[in-house]
Amino acid sequence: MKSAALILAPLDSAVTQRRHSLRPRGWWLVPVLAAALLAVLVAALSIGALPIAPASVVTALANAVGFETAWAVSEREALVIAHIRAPRAIMGALAGAALAIGGVLMQALFRNPLADPALVGVSSGAAVAAAAVTVIGSTFFVDLGWSSPFVLPAAAFVGGWLTVLLTLRLARSAGQTRIEQVLLAGIAINALAGAAIGLLMLIADDAQLREVAFWSFGSLGRANWPSIAWLAVALLPALVLYRLVAPWLNALLLGEGEAALLGVPVERVKRGAIIVTCLAVGATVAFTGLIGFVGLVAPHIVRLLAGPDHRVLLPAAGLLGAVLLPLADLFARTVAAPVELPIGLVTALLGAPFFLFLLLRERREIPR
Amino acid sequence: MKIRKWMVVVGAAGCALSVSAQTRVVCLGGAITETAWALGAGETVVAVDDSSVYPSENRALPRVGYYRMVSAEGLLSVNPDLVLAHEQSGPPEVMEQLAAAGVRVVRIPSSATVTGLLDRVRSVGAALGRREQAEAIAASLETTLAEVAAAVVEPRPRVVFVFARGAGTLQVSGAGTAADEIIRLAGGVNAIEGFSGYRPLTAEALVAANPEVILATTSGLGSIGGPDALWAVPGVAATKAGEARRVVAMDDLYLLGFGPRLPAAIAELREALIP
Repeated sequence: MKSAALILAPLDSAVTQRRHSLRPRGWWLVPVLAAALLAVLVAALSIGALPIAPASVVTALANAVGFETAWAVSEREALVIAHIRAPRAIMGALAGAALAIGGVLMQALFRNPLADPALVGVSSGAAVAAAAVTVIGSTFFVDLGWSSPFVLPAAAFVGGWLTVLLTLRLARSAGQTRIEQVLLAGIAINALAGAAIGLLMLIADDAQLREVAFWSFGSLGRANWPSIAWLAVALLPALVLYRLVAPWLNALLLGEGEAALLGVPVERVKRGAIIVTCLAVGATVAFTGLIGFVGLVAPHIVRLLAGPDHRVLLPAAGLLGAVLLPLADLFARTVAAPVELPIGLVTALLGAPFFLFLLLRERREIPR
Repeated sequence: MKIRKWMVVVGAAGCALSVSAQTRVVCLGGAITETAWALGAGETVVAVDDSSVYPSENRALPRVGYYRMVSAEGLLSVNPDLVLAHEQSGPPEVMEQLAAAGVRVVRIPSSATVTGLLDRVRSVGAALGRREQAEAIAASLETTLAEVAAAVVEPRPRVVFVFARGAGTLQVSGAGTAADEIIRLAGGVNAIEGFSGYRPLTAEALVAANPEVILATTSGLGSIGGPDALWAVPGVAATKAGEARRVVAMDDLYLLGFGPRLPAAIAELREALIP
């Protein structure tokens, strides 16, 4: 919070607005991260358990969009590039962006840098639904087997949403969504969801138990083009609306009362941010399972580098999430090949120490 | 790549219906791997899942992880032509990707019953081009199983299967489980009635069931700290099995896998159940 003038720039007069909003602090981070994203995507396409020569990678990509090259590529290699690596890389980027943007929105709403979309129950609701499908559903869906890959994501998405709507309903009184109430209702709902998962795990057999455990560690292994299309649609509102809500979120940092005085439609921003977040994060969780730390670490790193202005924070954190997750996935699928590590394990394993490092550094910088 | 393809083509031409020796097979599921070996196709297996612990030759092979959570590219990196997959193999998207990559993915019936075992032997045999061997094994399994079934001794001992994954996580198996089936086949009665699947063990329910023998897997019994730790579990000491200190521990895959060693497993369990 360097200066109120900067943060509130878009609400100022037209003249100052133009001067400030052209170059918000840390704007350079956005093109840098976009370049990094490109580099990570190239790496994610080139490296994997199956060794494929760079020339074959280029050829496979060129063939996929209808061009020819001088090199040859085997059918299997082309398929690995176009239907296994490419969807994983893109799904990773979309999921990382969704988690990071969700993190930023929740942190602005709760005015707490540790806030997370999980607070409103979207992840735990999805987890209950996923566990229910795995443990109980196998009795009903037994014949669907691997012919119906959409049962689990659909159930997880609906489960996440029902939980969020319940949380919002509980926190709404007299036309007002009170953020402390959202937090408290979220905690209660999360506890309830934890109990439900515990109950399901009690009656699960060994194989189902392992499946629930794997789901809760997250994986991009289920990525394919249809699921990417769904995820992109769910992420669209966040991408379209961020420029509109960024100045409002800046104003919200001052407090809800102050923001309202500045003309921010506080109630609509609050509900809108939660809904946009849960749309993106709900779809992500549905397809990937639980992936922790990206939503926490990505916004935090951007804040350290570029400050808290949401006009930079939102796109930069989204891009950083889109860089970090495919990178973590690259690590997860190559380090122990042909076995794959759960990606949530990798993000926690690398993210948690890094986060602690950031916290310690920050503490040292604050004068006592 | 090209050379390997040619070898496959030549091989396929060489032995009309049979799959060539160059076929690279990945087995997902312990009982399926065992069946492939029993059919004499062990040398074509190039990778297995984590549950494939028998025969010990598998230990030298690359492992592709847990059969319900395999990685598409990881599996493709061992260059398979054929994947013999447990019914519950997954995730489903990965199975589709494998098939799209030109790998023959064959779902093998996986129920833990005698019929399931015979189906499994026949479909693994068909997939490997070894129908005759499969029929021979199925026929001999049927004969042995019939002999074993005829040798039931009355009164049938009451047995509880305790499924352990470390102390404090003990479950008992109801109807429809592999344990329930093998207890019945071995001439015992599952003392746990009234529900299907697994439920947490409660002291009172166990006392009420009052089993004469407690059955467990070797690794499960080890995970809680051996027989002595089992007798210390509340309720266990108050059962007939607890009083007589009767616990039978057998290898996980051998006992519950319903692979080609089933007749031996049944005979061994029956031996152990006779007081």
